[in-house]
Amino acid sequence: MAKILVYPSNSLILADLVARFGHEPLTLMRVIRRKIKEVGIDSPPINVTPEDPKRGLKYAAVDVPSGVRGRMALLDPLIEEAEAAIIVHEADYSFGCMGCARTNELAKYIIRKKDIPRLELAYPTDDDEAREFVRKIRDFCKSLTSTAEVIA
Amino acid sequence: MVLDETTKMVVLAESSPILPSELALRAYELSTDAVVKETCYGLIVTGSEKTVDEIIKELRKLDPSGIFVKDRGFPPGDSRRCRAVRGGGPRPGFHQLERESNILPSISYGLKNIDEPSDVKGREKRKKLTISRFIEIIEEQSKEDVNG
Repeated sequence: MAKILVYPSNSLILADLVARFGHEPLTLMRVIRRKIKEVGIDSPPINVTPEDPKRGLKYAAVDVPSGVRGRMALLDPLIEEAEAAIIVHEADYSFGCMGCARTNELAKYIIRKKDIPRLELAYPTDDDEAREFVRKIRDFCKSLTSTAEVIA
Repeated sequence: MVLDETTKMVVLAESSPILPSELALRAYELSTDAVVKETCYGLIVTGSEKTVDEIIKELRKLDPSGIFVKDRGFPPGDSRRCRAVRGGGPRPGFHQLERESNILPSISYGLKNIDEPSDVKGREKRKKLTISRFIEIIEEQSKEDVNG
């Protein structure tokens, strides 16, 4: 079972399909859960630990807007753990303020630079495209399983 | 609070013949250790990871291609997310869920007919609006507004 980073990182469809085809989806929700459950961390918005700015600074300089670095601090554990990635483009709800837009660009760039298997798709607009979308994700997940078996 | 407590959202595709109330009843039958909340899109299930996974596994059997599941960070009714105490408005994450819910019937269709051949490759890709065309539209619209 491989750990697959999905992007948009809170996608229902991607998280479900990856789990359905036998792998572990790495999603933002698990990071949020850790944040709100861990003993010693206060409730949002005062749950920033000294570790978080350091995580953000790994990816962006200090003069980059704090919104980008804050978001990258949340995405960092996912990027670190990822053994493969599925990126979906043209996600309407990813559109947002400059912090969101730049974080999206930066996160995708970092995932591309990481030497891991990657699948890039666009959101389907009709049934036929959805079938192709599901099939590509299934084949990608299958290929990861066979690669893992060869290495083992 | 259980140490390995987890929360999952169960979302029904519009095309599914199952109702959220049926899902909730089945979930209550399966376990008494989990908190189950019925919602307009399906369910929120909270409990120990093992219990939640078992419930989800059984629920999926009701409609394997029409039930979708994802993690949720906050437990149901959490005051930091619940609209009742936040003074209304969509809760964070609503727009994303709404957007993806719209294409769930297509994904469900895709899962059912995954091995059927399709002609997607031969189709022309949807083109984006060019800047020059966008400027033309703005000018046409502003002329119309001036002329009344």
